[in-house]
Amino acid sequence: MNVLIISPVIIPFTTAIILLLLFKLKSVQRYISLIGSLVSLGISISLLVHTIDSGILSVQIGNWPAPYGITIVSDLFSAIMVVMTALMSLTVNIYSMIDIDTKRIQYGYFPLINILLMGVNGAFLTGDIFNLYVWFEVMLMSSFVLMVLGGERKQMEGAVKYVTLNLISSALFLAGLGILYGEIGTLNMADIAYTLRATADATVTGSTAMLFFIAFGIKAAIFPLFFWLPASYHTPPASVSALFAGLLTKVGVYSLIRSFTLFFVQDATFFHEFMIIIAGFTMLTGVLGAASQFEFRRVLSFHIISQIGYMIMGLGIFTPLAIAGSIFFLIHNMITKTNLFFISGVVYRLKGSYELKKLGGLYASHPWLSIFLVISAFSLAGLPPLSGFWAKFALIKAGLQSQDYPIVFIALFVSMLTLFSMVKIWAEAFWKKQPSQKNDFKSKLSARDYIVMIIPIGMLALLAVAIGIGFEPLMNICMKAASQLLNPELYIQSILGGYPK
Amino acid sequence: METVLAFLIGFLYAAGVYAMLRRSIIKLVIGLMLMGQATNLLIFTAGGLTRAQAPLVEPGQTIPPAIHADPLPEALILTAIVISFGVLAFMLVLVHRAYQTVGTDDLDKLKGTDS
Amino acid sequence: MRSLILRTAARQLLPIFIIISIIIMLRGHNAPGGGFIGGLIAASAYILYDIAYGVVDARRVLRMDPLYLIGLGLACALGSGIPSFLIDSPFTAQEWITFTIPFYGKFAVTSPLVFDLGVYLTVIGVLLTIVFSLAEE
Repeated sequence: MNVLIISPVIIPFTTAIILLLLFKLKSVQRYISLIGSLVSLGISISLLVHTIDSGILSVQIGNWPAPYGITIVSDLFSAIMVVMTALMSLTVNIYSMIDIDTKRIQYGYFPLINILLMGVNGAFLTGDIFNLYVWFEVMLMSSFVLMVLGGERKQMEGAVKYVTLNLISSALFLAGLGILYGEIGTLNMADIAYTLRATADATVTGSTAMLFFIAFGIKAAIFPLFFWLPASYHTPPASVSALFAGLLTKVGVYSLIRSFTLFFVQDATFFHEFMIIIAGFTMLTGVLGAASQFEFRRVLSFHIISQIGYMIMGLGIFTPLAIAGSIFFLIHNMITKTNLFFISGVVYRLKGSYELKKLGGLYASHPWLSIFLVISAFSLAGLPPLSGFWAKFALIKAGLQSQDYPIVFIALFVSMLTLFSMVKIWAEAFWKKQPSQKNDFKSKLSARDYIVMIIPIGMLALLAVAIGIGFEPLMNICMKAASQLLNPELYIQSILGGYPK
Repeated sequence: METVLAFLIGFLYAAGVYAMLRRSIIKLVIGLMLMGQATNLLIFTAGGLTRAQAPLVEPGQTIPPAIHADPLPEALILTAIVISFGVLAFMLVLVHRAYQTVGTDDLDKLKGTDS
Repeated sequence: MRSLILRTAARQLLPIFIIISIIIMLRGHNAPGGGFIGGLIAASAYILYDIAYGVVDARRVLRMDPLYLIGLGLACALGSGIPSFLIDSPFTAQEWITFTIPFYGKFAVTSPLVFDLGVYLTVIGVLLTIVFSLAEE
């Protein structure tokens, strides 16, 4: 049991070590990384099953008792996120077999993605706020290097912005953490929650909570802190974009949900109103940005922002259904967003451009790719019976129940605009005829490579359909996770145990 | 003492933000580092300044002396310093490479990826 | 840099630095010191050599790619947690093995020592990777 909770962190770490030690054998690196991700997937599913069966699991690193040592906790929310991370890592590994050239492998692409996955899993599983900072840094350092890997001009330009904004966010997080520690003298999340409930000093917790909100908000790319995202996410290779889109902002959202359900609950009414307002602006600016863009990956980057708004909306409404909707939305968004970035990469391979104006005729030449695009795009827009529909349905139902009508209206309006820009991609890149004067690009993608690249795309598209049709079991798990999140006593009790209540 | 340090922290933050708002990319790095140092100092101050003994258990004892400084802020700062050391090294390489590929150190000319 | 003094000094200082770095790493268990500082000292020896003789010679003296040092170091750090799995205690719980060495007395090997060795190697590896790649420009 001790081994199982920590192994989502250890397996990518071990894979990275093996890859570093076999650095010269470039041809086997991709297979080792693939095996590592398969093992991760198996282990994380078994962790999820254990968590469903026996409630919140925790382990004390180095056998130092809580709240003095670092706790690793797996509640349902963490376990779901870990499974999703493993799934993303599997698909990205398959996709990278073709997408990543030898030069990038030589600079250490595969060790880096495994270290990134270790950081992401660590952030999902840790029960210690300073440890969360450390995992953030592990994740950021490897993402910095992945961002510039290859060293093209636009990658450099994007990386400067990405690195700067993320370092500012880390500094703010660290400052908030220091003030919090100075006030209450503990870093264990369960202990923080316990202590803050006992001694509520609203001024200090309010300012600390705001520092945390801004720090995590920069990572999650909420309004008005998102500018680094559309400036950088379209610059690296498609598999790196897909990995970032699937995981990095979601870690920010995870941290927001975790901290604002577990310990920053004193000034709840103010923060929930505030979050709903921010969520509305995030959705609107994101989707309007996407509507004005004509570059495939930039459209998708702006959509990441608009969809972060939905997750924050769920957190702001703060009913069990809303939180469950946010978690469901996270799952759905990781799947479809990663898939759309994958598809953009294949389109680039086929046509040599990301500019929608220069693309065309893909439905005639590549019907399967087009079908998978339609599934993912319509799922993103929230058409039934795909996964996005149920995610939005849960959020909107929760919004109606709590009578937050303006945000419900915005959410529906944004859905429509999302559909508009998804249809734009479909019409421009797939449906219309290839613009004749720009037809000189010869694709170097062989039939076999195309099939390898389409496997992960097909997997994720089928998953989106499967979640849409059989949404009920997943929704039940999300509801359970939400009820765990909204009853922090369970979390505190399971970590601090016989702590004076 | 706390007051002096509070002003110093504020000054460091101000200097960091000012340097980051300059157009030179090197000053951006310097600004980030100043902000990191300000944060470290903030943790140190917020953790409580105690004029007391080090939290070391003397030979023959089982607990540290009655009034001792809290060792945890120092541990946090040490970790943060090590991390910012790694980040600084990366930033220097990045700035160097960016200067080579883009050919300028003016942040105003790095707008190619903005929309 | 073509300074005779620096070149001679760098050559003589390299082994001394490394011995000192190992001493500092080992004493870090109970006293100020440790893997990080030790690693910095060892890396600075190679950096000094790099300044004096150039990066090609510095790589030759190191005898292996610094990336392998990172890999080895991380493997040591991970390895220090493995013994705790075997007796089903939490990850990186500290374990001791005490030997009796003739003429020396009791000698204890602990898992934190292995971890410190990992930190030592990783720090050398990371620093030298960065410095060498900058020096190769």
